[in-house]
Amino acid sequence: MKHLIAVGILVALTTLGVAAGLRALPLAPIAASAQAGPIDALFGLHLQVIAFLFSLIIVFMLYSLVVFRRKPGDASDGKHIEGHTGIEVLWTIVPLGIVLYFAYLGAQTLAEIRRVDPQALQVKVTARQWAWTFEYPGDVTSGTLNLPVNRQVLLKITSKDVIHSFWVPEFRVKQDAVPGDKMVKDLVITPDRIGEYKVRCAEMCGTNHAYMEAPVAVMATAQFDAWLKQESETPTDPVARGRRWATKFGCIGCHTLDGSKSVGPSWQGVYGKTEEMADGSKVVVDDAYLIEAITQPAAKLVKGYGNLMPATIGADLTADQIQDLIALIRSLK
Amino acid sequence: MNFFSLGLARGIGAQIIGTAIGVAFMSIWRAALGMPVNEMEPAAVFGGAVGALAFMFGVGALTDWTRIAFGHAVAEHPAADPSQPTWARYFGVSLDHKVIGIQYGITSVLLLCLAGLFALIFRAELVETGLQFLSPDLYNTLMSLHGIVMIAAILTGVGAMSNYLVPLMIGASDMAFPRLNAFAFWVNIPGALLLLSSLFLGGFDTGWTGYPPLSARAPLGMQFFFMGVYIVGLSSILGGLNIIVTVLTMRAPGMTLFRMPIFVWAAFATALIQLTATQLIGLSFMMVMFQRLFGMGFFDPAKGGNVILFQHLFWFYSHPAVYVFILPGLGIISELLPVFARKPLFGYKWIALSSLAIALIGFFVWAHHMFTSGMEEYLRVPFMYSTLLVAVPTGVKFFSWIGTLWQGKISTPTPMLFVLGGIVVFLLGGLSGPPNGTVATDLQLHDTYWIVGHFHDTMFGGFVFPFFAAIYYWFPKMTGRRMNETLGKLHFYLMTPAFFVMTLGQMFVGLQGMRRRIADYDPAQGLSPTHLVVTVAAFLIATSVLVFLFNLVHSVKSGEVAAGNLWASRSPEWQIPSPAPEHNYAGRPFVVVGEPYDYGLPGAVYLQMGDAATPLPPGHAAAPAE
Repeated sequence: MKHLIAVGILVALTTLGVAAGLRALPLAPIAASAQAGPIDALFGLHLQVIAFLFSLIIVFMLYSLVVFRRKPGDASDGKHIEGHTGIEVLWTIVPLGIVLYFAYLGAQTLAEIRRVDPQALQVKVTARQWAWTFEYPGDVTSGTLNLPVNRQVLLKITSKDVIHSFWVPEFRVKQDAVPGDKMVKDLVITPDRIGEYKVRCAEMCGTNHAYMEAPVAVMATAQFDAWLKQESETPTDPVARGRRWATKFGCIGCHTLDGSKSVGPSWQGVYGKTEEMADGSKVVVDDAYLIEAITQPAAKLVKGYGNLMPATIGADLTADQIQDLIALIRSLK
Repeated sequence: MNFFSLGLARGIGAQIIGTAIGVAFMSIWRAALGMPVNEMEPAAVFGGAVGALAFMFGVGALTDWTRIAFGHAVAEHPAADPSQPTWARYFGVSLDHKVIGIQYGITSVLLLCLAGLFALIFRAELVETGLQFLSPDLYNTLMSLHGIVMIAAILTGVGAMSNYLVPLMIGASDMAFPRLNAFAFWVNIPGALLLLSSLFLGGFDTGWTGYPPLSARAPLGMQFFFMGVYIVGLSSILGGLNIIVTVLTMRAPGMTLFRMPIFVWAAFATALIQLTATQLIGLSFMMVMFQRLFGMGFFDPAKGGNVILFQHLFWFYSHPAVYVFILPGLGIISELLPVFARKPLFGYKWIALSSLAIALIGFFVWAHHMFTSGMEEYLRVPFMYSTLLVAVPTGVKFFSWIGTLWQGKISTPTPMLFVLGGIVVFLLGGLSGPPNGTVATDLQLHDTYWIVGHFHDTMFGGFVFPFFAAIYYWFPKMTGRRMNETLGKLHFYLMTPAFFVMTLGQMFVGLQGMRRRIADYDPAQGLSPTHLVVTVAAFLIATSVLVFLFNLVHSVKSGEVAAGNLWASRSPEWQIPSPAPEHNYAGRPFVVVGEPYDYGLPGAVYLQMGDAATPLPPGHAAAPAE
């Protein structure tokens, strides 16, 4: 009995110590959504139970190892205890109650973070290898996820090619982007902290998975409205329009505009250049070549680059949009 | 001695020739049909399949069955070829379950080292942000191969423990189907070679989960991954069948189910899962193979396929598979604790049935891997309830282990150290589970390094630590010598703290926002210092494994002789000489008359062993039942 009292005291002290230690650690990025609160609270509760159960097993084990250690020269056996049905039933029933309670809490929290506000702003999120595109009401397309603070946003998430996953660690929720006609998945987020974050693709999606990120900006409502109004007007400048299509159709996921290396050739300074093709031939990058490269991506591949471009991209673009893209490429000296 | 008298050499030679013939045949056939020959995939896949079959013929795993099919007689239980040195029998087909168990064990250790090496390469890459020396595709391939080769290593390790121990523990002279047993082992070799060949065929970038559509468009290496897993899975199914029949039909007289050594319960529960679930991963991978080869649009949205369907099929096996990995290890822990605590196993029946309970519940939780997948939302809550239920039988094991230690007389030689280390590591793995099983918190944790830390703890606690414990503990039974204690302790005290640092570091960066399976990470997240610590810890673990390997090789020849009941165990295999005789209990039949773990009860007897003069009790299986 004195052993049990000693262990009981040690378990209590260790639990307090472990729980305090876990609380002191910075265990999550800043919380930036209304959904983060309930999720963090539930995780915190999990950690407290973890602290207790960890201490319970570890203290009993270490105590036994020290106190019930076999003395040198002692060849006798320990106490013959085969078990105890009462205590087995107890340590089946009590954990059962605890896990059922946690499942109940988990369901409650899930319901809370999924509650949809009818006034929510709808944003269509399209994932493709390896870019994110965000479409707003009023035919506005952006490569940055701009969001007004304290207004719920209902994301309609889908994918053009493989499975991706929409995740902003500061928002605490995650949803896979799945390809397929009817595969539009909902995710509810209420950003509540102005700041800049990143969407980080959380499902393995191929070569550039690690770099499939997109900026997120949570801003004041007035600022957001002004941005949306500005973007909803189609620019008269073909270069600006080209920039918009490059974002909307995900070109910039593989082709950089600043000359840095990626899975596709950078567009900077490429216009008018003579490029060596995979088959060794030389091609001058002009309008005709660019149109061919967009509508039949596999026809002539630049040396050192694979055939990764979606074959259907030409069908998605109008002839005018292709001209705008060429104007953009030409402008990038 | 002729090199090609070794089955392994013949098998590999046959696999190379078979692959070449397969590739040539399919290329010519396609050319004759006017199909494009420069499309290598159909010919390569056909060649891979023919090569694997050729290996099985070459190694000799099909020789007896072929002879039987043609009406020739085969030897009931052929003795080893006396013209060959003793070591040579491990490199060819043997029907002795102990040889097969050791063959599994060596394969497992080799695969563990190889998969660990892959990890060391990409862990070094992760020390800093930016890509230092790997390309993203090579990183992805190494990461994917690390996962699947580790799984193959664990499955062969499980095969090692089950095959070596189960017949010895139940008093049988061999497994129920010795030829099937040899086949089930050898099929792993061409399977593993196919898996590894993917490295040279463009690799694959999907991780071990192989989700389409990514796997439907990955390089050729993907197909070899699928084929490799398919074949290794065949081993699992056949091995499981053999264990079930052996346990049910070949126990010594008097050994009722509740008088079996507890490891046998764990092996039995494991075998039930292997026999009934493995088909689903084979099926799901075969469907992607066929989608690629024949254009069957199972998971192709453009053809009306559904990509989430794959995940259901895949996890229907791959979650129960987790219990295939850990149940035998937990059985080892339960088996060894009473020996080193000198006390009965606390609540034997509860532990035995908790293995079955885990195996059963394991079939109803698969969709917890899919909480963020976009499956029907109403499925999430029921799967959360079923998932958290797994904690109950697992908790029973922990509490019973503590009950076993309590008031014992505990000694801590190397096997016991690994048992205790395994308990603590598995505890961390178990406790980090419920936050992922709870939907709301999983929406944050899913696909992060928190999960990576969690499953490394469960795999190491549930398999690696107990596997090392088993090797140190039964090494004398296999060789008649014991492994060096000092080196064993060095191995333990180097590996265990490093392992805690590694997995806790992984969980920590995961909570900070580090995603799984990424070749590079955002410098703005400030993760580099922790990644450096994790990598250093990984290299320390590798160092400790080198100590282990040296000890293993050194002790086979030069270890201290240990012929008797070294650990003062009550289990049957320790009542016969070491190394165990070729036919186990032939000439020493035994009858079970008491409880297996009555340590501390004066006069308690588990089994009465006869000798050559005593006739076999009725029903005792002396010859392999085939």
